[in-house]
Amino acid sequence: MIEILTSPAFNTIQDLGRHGARRFGVSTSGAMDPVALAAGNALLGNDDNAAGIEIQTFPFRLRFSADTAFALTGADHDATLPGSVVRPWWCTRAKAGDVLAITAPRRGARVYTTFGGGIEVPRVLGSRSTHLRGGFGGLEGRTLQAGDVVPIGSSSHSSEGRFDFGVAPPDVAIPGAAPADDRALRIRVMRAGEYDLFSEAMQATFWSTRWKISAQSDRGGYRLTGGKLTLDAPVEMRSHGVVAGVVQVPPAGEPIIQMSDANTAGGYPKMATVIQADLWRLGQAAPGSVIAFSEVSYQDAVAAMAPVNDYLAKLRATADLYRAL
Amino acid sequence: MSINQPNAPFVGTIEKSPKISLIGTLAMLVEAPGDFDLVQQGRVWALAEAVSTWPNVQEAVIGVTNVMLVFEQPPADIGMLSASIVELWHRLPGRNADGKLIEIPVVYGGELGFDLPAVAKRAGLSERAVIRIHSEGEYTVCAVASSPGFGYLHGLDPRIHMPRKSVPSLNMRAGSVTIGGMQTGVAVLTSPNGWNAIGWASIAMFDPKSERPSLMLPGDRVKFRIERIEL
Repeated sequence: MIEILTSPAFNTIQDLGRHGARRFGVSTSGAMDPVALAAGNALLGNDDNAAGIEIQTFPFRLRFSADTAFALTGADHDATLPGSVVRPWWCTRAKAGDVLAITAPRRGARVYTTFGGGIEVPRVLGSRSTHLRGGFGGLEGRTLQAGDVVPIGSSSHSSEGRFDFGVAPPDVAIPGAAPADDRALRIRVMRAGEYDLFSEAMQATFWSTRWKISAQSDRGGYRLTGGKLTLDAPVEMRSHGVVAGVVQVPPAGEPIIQMSDANTAGGYPKMATVIQADLWRLGQAAPGSVIAFSEVSYQDAVAAMAPVNDYLAKLRATADLYRAL
Repeated sequence: MSINQPNAPFVGTIEKSPKISLIGTLAMLVEAPGDFDLVQQGRVWALAEAVSTWPNVQEAVIGVTNVMLVFEQPPADIGMLSASIVELWHRLPGRNADGKLIEIPVVYGGELGFDLPAVAKRAGLSERAVIRIHSEGEYTVCAVASSPGFGYLHGLDPRIHMPRKSVPSLNMRAGSVTIGGMQTGVAVLTSPNGWNAIGWASIAMFDPKSERPSLMLPGDRVKFRIERIEL
């Protein structure tokens, strides 16, 4: 078990999401940076989908009540155990009573703490992710707070094997993932259903604008500022299913990107969709940061996942090897 | 061949075929042609049921005259898949609203039905007349979306249509029986809500611990029964 000592707000238990329940109106939830969560789990020999803590407000502190292997992934941050520094993208073992303290990241928005054996809250509709609006999943369907006791599962690896190694983070290790030269995060998208309803001038604006992620952005969605995309004639869309990554344009013209906690349904015109291979990068983009969109084809969007999958597969193989040494 | 790309033909733009578009590599939206009606909606239900059993389809998410397919993996051949959907759309008989009948007892008016006077005023009817019209209707669950277990109900008498509020009520209680435009529904969560509350129902609409979490499912019919009137 672990005990939460400090958790300012909006820190939750998440796995890779609740899939297959959209038809009941249930949004997926799940880690905003699924690559970081999966990588943390791979370091520990957990299933990719084991639940961890998504930390997006700091400082965050927890105490281990037993010897526990854990990993820190996601945003570039500082963390300490008593008498030692824990590096990001690293796994190590804490002793019973140790306090882990994590401070605000230098770069990126969300830190993931994963534990050997994973967090063992009950699965609800197949997932341990916190569904805040619905008040279920995670720990009692809510954000973590000081005094919470979180159960950790038993791990087949935790009693023996080596736990003191790390990996290169994916934004370093995956080719082509570096920030654009203009210091805007380059996000690849595919056109979506209503792209052609926008005039050529509006389409050009969409591609050329350096969009700022506004302060009114959270796990539900990112509101973008910096330009306005308007239609010559407003369209009335009927309510339809949407997924994370879809870029919708409300009548006021400032686009919204739906994220992990987004509603299952939407009705605004859809300009584009962030490709799966860049959704985790967007999950690490903090309010105030700047993004720019580049268009890719369906084939390129599919192909872009190969380096991400390779990265996770190699990381898992390497971690398995290290623990066996 | 792919869609949502320059110079690629839109699959299904010929008359009376659904419009098919991609939402990224893992979702595809199929929109029925023409106006909303229960016949088209019934065809959407049938299509959703059929494609749900296809390999690689994680689920089919029903909307208002549309269905979004969510895939396990990016489909290998989007053109072929789209063609199969169009073919199925034309071939498949629609489904009737043949689901279960859900009866919902409602406390009309009162503290939780605080918009009833406004609805009555707009309709030019007494509050009792609004209650009678609402409770005599039979409604169809078109889709379950937006909140866990929230059914979009069709069949509201045009006399008591009421536009959504431009400023939502901040903390509308779960169970509120509401009117939003030409639709009615039962709020599942206590949250900000732009619909107009005319009453309250104590029935549990959603249980995440159940394998069948949502009481309402597409194709179900709903009747509201007057439990009590508080004016």
